[in-house]
Amino acid sequence: MNVQEAIEIVSQTSSGMVRSHNEDSVIYDASCGLVVLADGMGGYNAGEVASGIAVSVLSTEIKHRLESLRPEDKNESGEEIGVALLRENVRKANASIYSAAVSQPQYSGMGTTIVAGLFYDNRLAVAHVGDSRMYRLRGETFETITRDHSLLQEQIDGGMISKEDARLSKNKNLVTRAVGIDAEVEPELHTHPVQTGDIYLLCSDGLNDMVEDDDIGTALQMLRANLPLAATRLIEMANDNGGRDNVSVILVKVNGDFAAPRGWLAKLSSWFKH
Amino acid sequence: MAAKLILSMDGAVLKEYTLNKERMTIGRKPHNDIVIDNLAVSGEHAAILTILNDSFLEDLDSTNGVMVNGAQIKKHFLQNSDVVEIGKYKLKYMNDQQGQQAAAADDFEKTMVLRAPIKMQPGGAPQAAAPLGKVPGMEAAMKTQANLPPVLQSYERTGKFETAKPQAAAHPPVQAPAHAAPFAPSAPAAPATPAQPAAAALAAVQILNGPNIGKELDLVKNLITLGKPGVQVAVLTRRPHGYFITHVEGAAYPALNGKTLDEQPHQLNDHDIIELAGIKMEFYFKE
Repeated sequence: MNVQEAIEIVSQTSSGMVRSHNEDSVIYDASCGLVVLADGMGGYNAGEVASGIAVSVLSTEIKHRLESLRPEDKNESGEEIGVALLRENVRKANASIYSAAVSQPQYSGMGTTIVAGLFYDNRLAVAHVGDSRMYRLRGETFETITRDHSLLQEQIDGGMISKEDARLSKNKNLVTRAVGIDAEVEPELHTHPVQTGDIYLLCSDGLNDMVEDDDIGTALQMLRANLPLAATRLIEMANDNGGRDNVSVILVKVNGDFAAPRGWLAKLSSWFKH
Repeated sequence: MAAKLILSMDGAVLKEYTLNKERMTIGRKPHNDIVIDNLAVSGEHAAILTILNDSFLEDLDSTNGVMVNGAQIKKHFLQNSDVVEIGKYKLKYMNDQQGQQAAAADDFEKTMVLRAPIKMQPGGAPQAAAPLGKVPGMEAAMKTQANLPPVLQSYERTGKFETAKPQAAAHPPVQAPAHAAPFAPSAPAAPATPAQPAAAALAAVQILNGPNIGKELDLVKNLITLGKPGVQVAVLTRRPHGYFITHVEGAAYPALNGKTLDEQPHQLNDHDIIELAGIKMEFYFKE
Protein backbone atom coordinates (compact mmCIF):
# COMPACT_ATOMS: atom_id res chain seq x y z
CA MET A 1 0.00 0.00 0.00
CA ASN A 2 1.09 3.60 -0.34
CA VAL A 3 2.20 5.61 2.65
CA GLN A 4 -1.10 7.46 2.99
CA GLU A 5 -2.99 4.18 3.39
CA ALA A 6 -0.37 2.67 5.67
CA ILE A 7 -0.08 5.40 8.31
CA GLU A 8 -2.58 7.15 10.52
CA ILE A 9 -1.67 10.61 11.84
CA VAL A 10 -3.26 12.84 14.47
CA SER A 11 -2.02 16.01 16.11
CA GLN A 12 -3.03 18.24 18.97
CA THR A 13 -1.68 21.38 20.56
CA SER A 14 -2.53 23.45 23.62
CA SER A 15 -1.12 26.65 25.05
CA GLY A 16 -1.08 24.96 28.46
CA MET A 17 -2.31 26.26 31.81
CA VAL A 18 0.08 29.19 32.27
CA ARG A 19 1.07 30.71 28.94
CA SER A 20 -1.29 33.10 27.23
CA HIS A 21 -0.26 32.17 23.71
CA ASN A 22 0.97 29.15 21.86
CA GLU A 23 4.41 29.30 20.26
CA ASP A 24 4.30 25.70 19.03
CA SER A 25 3.39 24.84 15.44
CA VAL A 26 2.47 21.44 14.06
CA ILE A 27 1.69 20.31 10.55
CA TYR A 28 1.34 16.98 8.79
CA ASP A 29 0.65 15.73 5.32
CA ALA A 30 -0.42 12.10 5.11
CA SER A 31 -0.21 12.06 1.30
CA CYS A 32 3.57 12.33 1.39
CA GLY A 33 4.11 10.86 4.89
CA LEU A 34 5.44 14.08 6.41
CA VAL A 35 5.11 15.25 10.03
CA VAL A 36 6.66 18.45 11.43
CA LEU A 37 6.58 19.98 14.93
CA ALA A 38 8.31 23.19 16.00
CA ASP A 39 8.55 24.99 19.34
CA GLY A 40 9.29 28.67 18.81
CA MET A 41 11.04 31.13 21.09
CA GLY A 42 11.36 34.89 21.13
CA GLY A 43 9.59 37.92 22.54
CA TYR A 44 6.00 39.01 21.87
CA ASN A 45 4.69 36.84 19.05
CA ALA A 46 8.09 36.16 17.46
CA GLY A 47 8.10 32.57 18.75
CA GLU A 48 4.92 31.75 16.87
CA VAL A 49 6.28 33.45 13.78
CA ALA A 50 9.49 31.40 13.86
CA SER A 51 7.79 28.04 14.43
CA GLY A 52 5.13 28.92 11.85
CA ILE A 53 7.74 29.70 9.20
CA ALA A 54 9.58 26.46 9.99
CA VAL A 55 6.59 24.15 9.57
CA SER A 56 5.27 25.90 6.49
CA VAL A 57 8.65 25.92 4.70
CA LEU A 58 9.16 22.22 5.40
CA SER A 59 5.69 21.12 4.41
CA THR A 60 5.23 23.19 1.25
CA GLU A 61 8.74 22.64 -0.07
CA ILE A 62 8.92 18.91 0.60
CA LYS A 63 5.42 18.26 -0.73
CA HIS A 64 6.25 20.22 -3.87
CA ARG A 65 9.57 18.42 -4.44
CA LEU A 66 8.00 14.99 -3.94
CA GLU A 67 5.64 15.63 -6.83
CA SER A 68 8.57 14.94 -9.13
CA LEU A 69 11.00 12.96 -6.95
CA ARG A 70 10.87 9.63 -5.13
CA PRO A 71 12.23 9.87 -1.55
CA GLU A 72 13.78 6.36 -1.68
CA ASP A 73 15.91 7.22 -4.73
CA LYS A 74 19.47 8.44 -4.33
CA ASN A 75 20.70 11.86 -5.41
CA GLU A 76 24.00 12.64 -7.19
CA SER A 77 25.96 12.48 -3.93
CA GLY A 78 24.50 9.05 -3.12
CA GLU A 79 22.22 10.25 -0.36
CA GLU A 80 18.59 9.27 -0.19
CA ILE A 81 16.40 12.04 -1.49
CA GLY A 82 14.08 11.82 1.54
CA VAL A 83 16.97 12.56 3.89
CA ALA A 84 18.40 15.26 1.64
CA LEU A 85 15.00 16.98 1.41
CA LEU A 86 14.74 17.18 5.18
CA ARG A 87 18.23 18.62 5.52
CA GLU A 88 17.84 21.16 2.71
CA ASN A 89 14.53 22.39 3.97
CA VAL A 90 15.52 22.71 7.62
CA ARG A 91 18.33 24.90 6.28
CA LYS A 92 15.90 26.80 4.09
CA ALA A 93 13.61 27.38 7.09
CA ASN A 94 16.66 28.54 9.04
CA ALA A 95 17.55 31.06 6.34
CA SER A 96 13.97 32.42 6.17
CA ILE A 97 13.67 32.83 9.94
CA TYR A 98 17.13 34.32 10.24
CA SER A 99 16.57 36.90 7.51
CA ALA A 100 13.19 37.89 9.00
CA ALA A 101 14.84 38.23 12.41
CA VAL A 102 17.67 40.35 11.06
CA SER A 103 15.49 42.61 8.91
CA GLN A 104 12.65 43.21 11.37
CA PRO A 105 13.48 44.45 14.86
CA GLN A 106 10.35 42.95 16.45
CA TYR A 107 11.54 39.50 15.37
CA SER A 108 15.11 39.99 16.49
CA GLY A 109 16.56 36.89 18.12
CA MET A 110 13.60 34.63 17.34
CA GLY A 111 14.22 30.96 16.73
CA THR A 112 12.62 27.56 16.93
CA THR A 113 13.30 23.93 17.61
CA ILE A 114 12.17 21.46 15.00
CA VAL A 115 11.52 17.75 14.74
CA ALA A 116 10.40 16.37 11.40
CA GLY A 117 9.77 12.88 10.07
CA LEU A 118 9.30 11.59 6.55
CA PHE A 119 7.86 8.09 6.08
CA TYR A 120 8.71 6.22 2.86
CA ASP A 121 9.65 2.71 1.77
CA ASN A 122 9.12 1.15 5.24
CA ARG A 123 11.51 3.67 6.72
CA LEU A 124 11.39 6.89 8.62
CA ALA A 125 13.86 9.71 8.12
CA VAL A 126 14.06 12.04 11.12
CA ALA A 127 15.59 15.51 11.29
CA HIS A 128 15.79 17.49 14.48
CA VAL A 129 17.29 20.61 15.98
CA GLY A 130 16.88 21.54 19.66
CA ASP A 131 14.86 19.79 22.36
CA SER A 132 11.66 18.75 20.61
CA ARG A 133 11.58 14.98 20.55
CA MET A 134 10.53 11.91 18.64
CA TYR A 135 9.65 8.76 20.58
CA ARG A 136 8.79 5.29 19.32
CA LEU A 137 6.48 2.71 20.87
CA ARG A 138 7.28 -0.71 19.44
CA GLY A 139 5.59 -3.62 21.20
CA GLU A 140 6.20 -2.93 24.86
CA THR A 141 9.24 -0.72 24.32
CA PHE A 142 8.83 3.03 24.49
CA GLU A 143 11.97 5.08 23.86
CA THR A 144 13.27 8.31 22.40
CA ILE A 145 14.81 8.13 18.96
CA THR A 146 16.15 11.69 19.01
CA ARG A 147 18.67 13.13 21.43
CA ASP A 148 18.05 16.66 22.63
CA HIS A 149 20.45 19.39 21.63
CA SER A 150 20.41 20.83 25.13
CA LEU A 151 22.82 21.69 27.90
CA LEU A 152 21.20 19.06 30.09
CA GLN A 153 21.63 16.29 27.49
CA GLU A 154 25.28 17.27 27.12
CA GLN A 155 25.69 17.08 30.89
CA ILE A 156 24.14 13.60 30.80
CA ASP A 157 26.40 12.54 27.93
CA GLY A 158 29.43 13.95 29.72
CA GLY A 159 28.58 11.84 32.77
CA MET A 160 28.15 14.84 35.02
CA ILE A 161 24.58 14.08 35.91
CA SER A 162 22.68 10.80 35.79
CA LYS A 163 19.59 10.35 33.63
CA GLU A 164 17.49 9.87 36.77
CA ASP A 165 18.78 13.07 38.33
CA ALA A 166 18.25 15.04 35.15
CA ARG A 167 14.59 15.54 36.08
CA LEU A 168 15.72 17.48 39.14
CA SER A 169 17.88 19.83 37.12
CA LYS A 170 16.95 23.46 36.86
CA ASN A 171 18.84 23.87 33.61
CA LYS A 172 16.08 22.37 31.52
CA ASN A 173 15.32 25.00 28.98
CA LEU A 174 18.70 25.69 27.47
CA VAL A 175 19.00 24.43 23.93
CA THR A 176 22.39 24.31 22.24
CA ARG A 177 21.05 24.34 18.69
CA ALA A 178 18.06 26.14 17.24
CA VAL A 179 16.66 27.03 13.83
CA GLY A 180 16.83 30.71 12.85
CA ILE A 181 19.27 32.17 15.35
CA ASP A 182 22.37 31.94 13.16
CA ALA A 183 23.00 32.22 9.44
CA GLU A 184 23.45 28.46 9.26
CA VAL A 185 22.23 25.40 11.11
CA GLU A 186 23.16 21.74 11.08
CA PRO A 187 20.15 19.46 11.61
CA GLU A 188 20.75 15.99 13.01
CA LEU A 189 19.49 13.30 10.62
CA HIS A 190 18.84 9.59 11.03
CA THR A 191 16.81 6.93 9.28
CA HIS A 192 14.99 4.14 11.10
CA PRO A 193 13.36 0.97 9.78
CA VAL A 194 9.63 1.01 10.46
CA GLN A 195 7.47 -1.93 11.54
CA THR A 196 3.72 -2.41 11.32
CA GLY A 197 2.23 -1.57 14.69
CA ASP A 198 4.83 1.08 15.59
CA ILE A 199 3.57 4.32 17.07
CA TYR A 200 5.70 7.46 16.75
CA LEU A 201 5.25 10.46 18.99
CA LEU A 202 6.61 13.91 18.17
CA CYS A 203 6.31 16.36 21.04
CA SER A 204 7.43 19.72 22.35
CA ASP A 205 9.17 19.86 25.74
CA GLY A 206 5.87 20.96 27.29
CA LEU A 207 4.97 17.26 27.30
CA ASN A 208 8.18 15.56 28.41
CA ASP A 209 8.99 18.23 31.03
CA MET A 210 5.60 17.72 32.68
CA VAL A 211 5.02 13.97 32.21
CA GLU A 212 7.45 11.11 32.90
CA ASP A 213 8.44 9.02 29.89
CA ASP A 214 7.02 5.92 31.57
CA ASP A 215 3.61 7.54 31.92
CA ILE A 216 3.64 8.74 28.32
CA GLY A 217 4.51 5.20 27.20
CA THR A 218 1.82 3.60 29.35
CA ALA A 219 -0.86 5.96 28.06
CA LEU A 220 0.12 5.27 24.45
CA GLN A 221 0.10 1.55 25.04
CA MET A 222 -3.33 1.58 26.66
CA LEU A 223 -4.87 3.88 24.08
CA ARG A 224 -3.09 2.62 20.97
CA ALA A 225 -6.42 1.55 19.48
CA ASN A 226 -7.69 5.13 19.55
CA LEU A 227 -5.06 7.58 18.37
CA PRO A 228 -7.11 10.80 18.71
CA LEU A 229 -7.97 9.87 22.29
CA ALA A 230 -4.30 9.10 23.01
CA ALA A 231 -3.31 12.58 21.77
CA THR A 232 -6.00 14.21 23.89
CA ARG A 233 -4.94 12.23 26.93
CA LEU A 234 -1.26 13.21 26.57
CA ILE A 235 -2.17 16.90 26.44
CA GLU A 236 -4.48 16.45 29.45
CA MET A 237 -1.71 14.76 31.42
CA ALA A 238 0.68 17.66 30.80
CA ASN A 239 -2.00 20.19 31.75
CA ASP A 240 -3.17 18.23 34.80
CA ASN A 241 0.44 18.26 36.04
CA GLY A 242 0.58 22.03 35.81
CA GLY A 243 0.83 22.68 32.07
CA ARG A 244 3.58 25.24 32.51
CA ASP A 245 4.48 25.36 28.83
CA ASN A 246 2.78 25.02 25.49
CA VAL A 247 2.29 21.36 24.72
CA SER A 248 1.99 19.77 21.28
CA VAL A 249 1.93 16.21 20.04
CA ILE A 250 1.80 14.43 16.71
CA LEU A 251 1.08 10.69 16.76
CA VAL A 252 1.76 8.43 13.82
CA LYS A 253 0.61 4.81 13.79
CA VAL A 254 1.90 2.40 11.20
CA ASN A 255 -0.96 0.14 10.13
CA GLY A 256 0.70 -1.67 7.22
CA ASP A 257 3.60 -2.18 4.87
CA PHE A 258 4.58 0.71 2.60
CA ALA A 259 7.58 -0.62 0.73
CA ALA A 260 8.28 1.37 -2.43
CA PRO A 261 7.23 -0.52 -5.57
CA ARG A 262 10.31 -1.97 -7.24
CA GLY A 263 9.31 -3.92 -10.40
CA TRP A 264 9.76 -2.77 -14.01
CA LEU A 265 6.24 -1.40 -13.94
CA ALA A 266 7.10 0.88 -11.05
CA LYS A 267 10.21 2.05 -12.82
CA LEU A 268 8.21 2.72 -15.95
CA SER A 269 5.53 4.64 -14.14
CA SER A 270 8.12 6.63 -12.28
CA TRP A 271 9.81 7.37 -15.60
CA PHE A 272 6.51 8.70 -16.92
CA LYS A 273 6.07 10.70 -13.75
CA HIS A 274 9.37 12.43 -14.39
CA MET B 1 18.57 34.60 41.52
CA ALA B 2 21.50 32.62 42.70
CA ALA B 3 21.10 29.85 45.23
CA LYS B 4 22.17 30.38 48.85
CA LEU B 5 23.71 28.48 51.71
CA ILE B 6 22.71 29.42 55.24
CA LEU B 7 25.29 28.50 57.85
CA SER B 8 24.00 27.73 61.32
CA MET B 9 25.02 25.99 64.52
CA ASP B 10 22.65 24.77 67.22
CA GLY B 11 19.78 26.49 65.42
CA ALA B 12 21.46 29.91 65.41
CA VAL B 13 22.06 31.41 61.96
CA LEU B 14 25.69 32.50 61.61
CA LYS B 15 25.99 33.66 58.03
CA GLU B 16 24.49 33.50 54.56
CA TYR B 17 26.48 32.74 51.41
CA THR B 18 25.38 33.30 47.82
CA LEU B 19 26.54 30.65 45.35
CA ASN B 20 27.74 33.17 42.80
CA LYS B 21 30.97 31.45 41.79
CA GLU B 22 31.27 28.32 39.71
CA ARG B 23 33.37 26.67 42.38
CA MET B 24 33.22 27.52 46.06
CA THR B 25 35.13 25.71 48.76
CA ILE B 26 34.26 25.10 52.38
CA GLY B 27 37.03 24.54 54.92
CA ARG B 28 38.92 25.62 58.02
CA LYS B 29 41.73 27.49 56.26
CA PRO B 30 41.16 31.20 55.55
CA HIS B 31 41.47 30.96 51.76
CA ASN B 32 38.18 29.04 51.48
CA ASP B 33 35.06 30.85 50.27
CA ILE B 34 33.17 29.56 53.27
CA VAL B 35 35.47 29.44 56.27
CA ILE B 36 34.42 27.38 59.29
CA ASP B 37 37.07 27.78 61.94
CA ASN B 38 36.61 24.58 63.88
CA LEU B 39 39.03 21.70 64.40
CA ALA B 40 36.48 19.13 63.25
CA VAL B 41 36.54 20.79 59.83
CA SER B 42 39.33 19.89 57.42
CA GLY B 43 41.53 22.57 55.86
CA GLU B 44 39.69 22.08 52.59
CA HIS B 45 36.63 20.12 53.48
CA ALA B 46 34.16 20.29 50.61
CA ALA B 47 33.44 22.11 47.34
CA ILE B 48 30.28 23.27 45.60
CA LEU B 49 30.14 23.49 41.83
CA THR B 50 27.40 25.55 40.28
CA ILE B 51 26.28 25.31 36.66
CA LEU B 52 23.64 27.95 35.97
CA ASN B 53 20.86 26.89 38.32
CA ASP B 54 22.20 23.51 39.43
CA SER B 55 24.69 23.01 42.27
CA PHE B 56 26.71 19.92 43.16
CA LEU B 57 28.41 19.25 46.48
CA GLU B 58 31.60 17.21 46.75
CA ASP B 59 33.51 15.98 49.79
CA LEU B 60 37.20 16.81 49.25
CA ASP B 61 38.40 13.72 51.13
CA SER B 62 37.78 15.42 54.46
CA THR B 63 38.71 13.70 57.71
CA ASN B 64 35.24 13.79 59.22
CA GLY B 65 33.07 13.62 56.11
CA VAL B 66 29.99 15.43 54.85
CA MET B 67 26.35 14.56 55.54
CA VAL B 68 23.34 15.63 53.49
CA ASN B 69 19.91 15.19 55.08
CA GLY B 70 21.44 12.75 57.54
CA ALA B 71 23.24 10.55 55.02
CA GLN B 72 26.97 10.51 54.38
CA ILE B 73 27.80 11.60 50.83
CA LYS B 74 30.81 11.80 48.56
CA LYS B 75 29.10 13.71 45.79
CA HIS B 76 25.59 15.09 45.83
CA PHE B 77 23.29 16.98 43.48
CA LEU B 78 21.86 19.66 45.79
CA GLN B 79 18.12 20.16 45.94
CA ASN B 80 16.19 23.02 47.53
CA SER B 81 16.23 22.81 51.38
CA ASP B 82 18.86 20.10 51.56
CA VAL B 83 20.73 20.31 54.87
CA VAL B 84 24.49 19.82 54.62
CA GLU B 85 26.22 18.90 57.89
CA ILE B 86 29.89 19.41 58.53
CA GLY B 87 30.77 18.62 62.12
CA LYS B 88 28.33 20.54 64.32
CA TYR B 89 27.63 23.06 61.58
CA LYS B 90 24.65 23.01 59.27
CA LEU B 91 24.42 24.59 55.84
CA LYS B 92 20.95 24.81 54.39
CA TYR B 93 20.78 24.97 50.60
CA MET B 94 18.11 27.34 49.33
CA ASN B 95 17.23 27.41 45.65
CA ASP B 96 13.54 28.14 45.45
CA GLN B 97 13.27 28.94 41.80
CA GLN B 98 9.73 27.76 41.63
CA GLY B 99 8.55 30.49 43.95
CA GLN B 100 10.59 33.10 42.17
CA GLN B 101 9.32 32.01 38.82
CA ALA B 102 5.74 32.19 39.92
CA ALA B 103 6.33 35.75 41.05
CA ALA B 104 8.43 36.97 38.14
CA ALA B 105 6.53 36.52 34.87
CA ASP B 106 6.97 33.31 32.95
CA ASP B 107 10.01 34.56 31.10
CA PHE B 108 12.27 32.55 33.35
CA GLU B 109 11.16 29.23 32.08
CA LYS B 110 11.17 29.95 28.41
CA THR B 111 13.42 27.95 26.22
CA MET B 112 16.65 29.75 25.53
CA VAL B 113 19.52 29.17 23.20
CA LEU B 114 23.13 28.72 24.17
CA ARG B 115 24.59 30.17 21.04
CA ALA B 116 27.87 28.30 20.79
CA PRO B 117 27.48 24.61 21.56
CA ILE B 118 29.51 23.07 24.34
CA LYS B 119 31.41 20.38 22.56
CA MET B 120 31.85 17.06 24.27
CA GLN B 121 34.88 15.01 23.45
CA PRO B 122 34.30 11.31 22.88
CA GLY B 123 35.85 10.52 26.24
CA GLY B 124 33.12 12.53 27.92
CA ALA B 125 35.41 15.36 28.94
CA PRO B 126 33.62 18.57 28.21
CA GLN B 127 35.49 20.98 26.03
CA ALA B 128 33.84 24.27 26.56
CA ALA B 129 33.23 26.79 23.85
CA ALA B 130 32.23 30.22 25.00
CA PRO B 131 28.45 30.29 24.98
CA LEU B 132 28.19 33.95 24.19
CA GLY B 133 25.46 35.73 22.57
CA LYS B 134 21.92 36.53 22.74
CA VAL B 135 19.19 34.76 24.49
CA PRO B 136 15.79 35.77 23.18
CA GLY B 137 14.09 37.97 25.74
CA MET B 138 16.38 36.94 28.53
CA GLU B 139 19.04 39.25 29.89
CA ALA B 140 19.52 37.60 33.24
CA ALA B 141 20.64 34.29 31.85
CA MET B 142 23.40 35.85 29.83
CA LYS B 143 25.27 36.79 32.94
CA THR B 144 25.23 33.30 34.30
CA GLN B 145 26.20 31.87 30.96
CA ALA B 146 29.41 33.82 31.02
CA ASN B 147 30.46 31.70 33.97
CA LEU B 148 29.87 28.48 32.20
CA PRO B 149 33.04 27.29 30.53
CA PRO B 150 35.32 27.12 33.60
CA VAL B 151 32.62 25.23 35.44
CA LEU B 152 32.39 22.62 32.77
CA GLN B 153 36.13 22.24 32.79
CA SER B 154 36.19 21.67 36.48
CA TYR B 155 33.79 18.81 35.93
CA GLU B 156 36.36 16.87 34.09
CA ARG B 157 37.91 16.19 37.42
CA THR B 158 34.88 15.63 39.55
CA GLY B 159 32.95 13.11 37.52
CA LYS B 160 29.49 11.85 38.08
CA PHE B 161 27.04 12.91 40.73
CA GLU B 162 24.16 11.03 42.17
CA THR B 163 21.50 11.98 44.63
CA ALA B 164 21.75 10.15 47.90
CA LYS B 165 19.54 7.08 47.59
CA PRO B 166 18.44 6.86 51.23
CA GLN B 167 16.26 9.91 50.63
CA ALA B 168 13.80 7.87 48.65
CA ALA B 169 13.07 5.78 51.69
CA ALA B 170 12.10 8.90 53.60
CA HIS B 171 8.77 8.80 51.77
CA PRO B 172 6.26 7.03 53.95
CA PRO B 173 5.00 4.18 51.76
CA VAL B 174 1.44 4.69 53.04
CA GLN B 175 1.23 7.89 51.09
CA ALA B 176 1.93 6.28 47.77
CA PRO B 177 -1.67 5.91 46.54
CA ALA B 178 -2.54 9.48 47.46
CA HIS B 179 0.44 10.60 45.42
CA ALA B 180 -0.63 8.80 42.29
CA ALA B 181 1.49 11.39 40.60
CA PRO B 182 3.44 10.87 37.42
CA PHE B 183 6.61 11.91 39.17
CA ALA B 184 8.40 9.72 41.63
CA PRO B 185 10.60 12.24 43.33
CA SER B 186 13.81 10.79 44.68
CA ALA B 187 14.17 13.59 47.19
CA PRO B 188 11.63 14.57 49.86
CA ALA B 189 11.35 18.06 48.48
CA ALA B 190 11.70 17.84 44.74
CA PRO B 191 11.40 21.45 43.72
CA ALA B 192 12.29 20.88 40.11
CA THR B 193 9.19 18.83 39.53
CA PRO B 194 6.03 20.83 39.04
CA ALA B 195 3.72 21.28 41.97
CA GLN B 196 1.32 18.39 41.93
CA PRO B 197 -2.30 19.36 41.93
CA ALA B 198 -4.27 17.33 44.44
CA ALA B 199 -5.51 14.16 42.73
CA ALA B 200 -9.18 13.29 42.98
CA ALA B 201 -10.22 11.34 46.09
CA LEU B 202 -9.69 7.60 45.84
CA ALA B 203 -12.47 5.71 44.11
CA ALA B 204 -13.12 2.12 43.03
CA VAL B 205 -15.30 0.05 40.74
CA GLN B 206 -17.04 -3.13 41.86
CA ILE B 207 -18.23 -5.75 39.38
CA LEU B 208 -21.92 -6.53 39.77
CA ASN B 209 -22.42 -9.59 37.52
CA GLY B 210 -20.63 -12.36 35.65
CA PRO B 211 -17.87 -14.67 36.87
CA ASN B 212 -15.97 -11.88 38.67
CA ILE B 213 -19.02 -10.68 40.59
CA GLY B 214 -18.09 -8.82 43.76
CA LYS B 215 -14.56 -8.13 42.61
CA GLU B 216 -13.35 -4.64 43.46
CA LEU B 217 -10.75 -2.55 41.69
CA ASP B 218 -9.21 0.51 43.35
CA LEU B 219 -8.66 3.30 40.84
CA VAL B 220 -5.20 4.32 42.02
CA LYS B 221 -3.66 4.77 38.60
CA ASN B 222 -4.24 7.80 36.45
CA LEU B 223 -5.33 5.59 33.58
CA ILE B 224 -7.13 2.25 33.69
CA THR B 225 -8.62 0.43 30.72
CA LEU B 226 -11.67 -1.81 31.05
CA GLY B 227 -12.96 -4.40 28.59
CA LYS B 228 -11.51 -6.70 25.97
CA PRO B 229 -8.95 -5.34 23.46
CA GLY B 230 -10.29 -5.64 19.93
CA VAL B 231 -13.88 -6.05 21.17
CA GLN B 232 -14.78 -3.18 23.45
CA VAL B 233 -12.51 -1.04 25.56
CA ALA B 234 -13.13 2.04 27.68
CA VAL B 235 -10.65 4.00 29.73
CA LEU B 236 -11.12 5.48 33.20
CA THR B 237 -8.95 8.54 33.80
CA ARG B 238 -8.23 10.02 37.17
CA ARG B 239 -7.81 13.78 36.89
CA PRO B 240 -7.47 16.52 39.52
CA HIS B 241 -11.17 17.37 39.24
CA GLY B 242 -12.55 13.83 39.16
CA TYR B 243 -12.85 10.58 37.25
CA PHE B 244 -13.90 10.26 33.63
CA ILE B 245 -14.91 7.40 31.38
CA THR B 246 -14.14 7.50 27.65
CA HIS B 247 -14.79 5.00 24.88
CA VAL B 248 -11.53 3.73 23.32
CA GLU B 249 -12.41 1.05 20.77
CA GLY B 250 -15.11 -1.35 19.61
CA ALA B 251 -18.37 -0.93 17.74
CA ALA B 252 -20.38 -0.77 20.96
CA TYR B 253 -20.09 2.14 23.35
CA PRO B 254 -20.24 1.82 27.13
CA ALA B 255 -23.42 2.79 28.97
CA LEU B 256 -23.63 4.91 32.10
CA ASN B 257 -26.73 4.45 34.28
CA GLY B 258 -28.46 2.76 31.34
CA LYS B 259 -27.66 5.52 28.86
CA THR B 260 -25.24 4.79 26.01
CA LEU B 261 -22.31 7.21 25.88
CA ASP B 262 -20.86 8.98 22.86
CA GLU B 263 -17.21 9.60 22.03
CA GLN B 264 -16.82 12.37 24.61
CA PRO B 265 -15.44 11.77 28.10
CA HIS B 266 -18.08 11.63 30.85
CA GLN B 267 -17.45 12.49 34.45
CA LEU B 268 -18.33 9.75 36.92
CA ASN B 269 -20.47 10.41 39.98
CA ASP B 270 -20.65 8.38 43.16
CA HIS B 271 -22.62 5.13 42.61
CA ASP B 272 -22.82 5.44 38.83
CA ILE B 273 -23.42 2.11 37.05
CA ILE B 274 -21.11 1.38 34.11
CA GLU B 275 -22.04 -1.27 31.52
CA LEU B 276 -19.38 -2.51 29.18
CA ALA B 277 -19.22 -5.68 27.05
CA GLY B 278 -22.04 -7.22 29.10
CA ILE B 279 -20.38 -6.49 32.43
CA LYS B 280 -22.03 -4.18 34.94
CA MET B 281 -20.00 -2.36 37.53
CA GLU B 282 -20.54 0.31 40.10
CA PHE B 283 -18.28 3.32 40.54
CA TYR B 284 -17.99 4.80 44.01
CA PHE B 285 -15.72 7.00 46.08
CA LYS B 286 -13.88 5.33 48.93
CA GLU B 287 -13.18 8.44 51.00
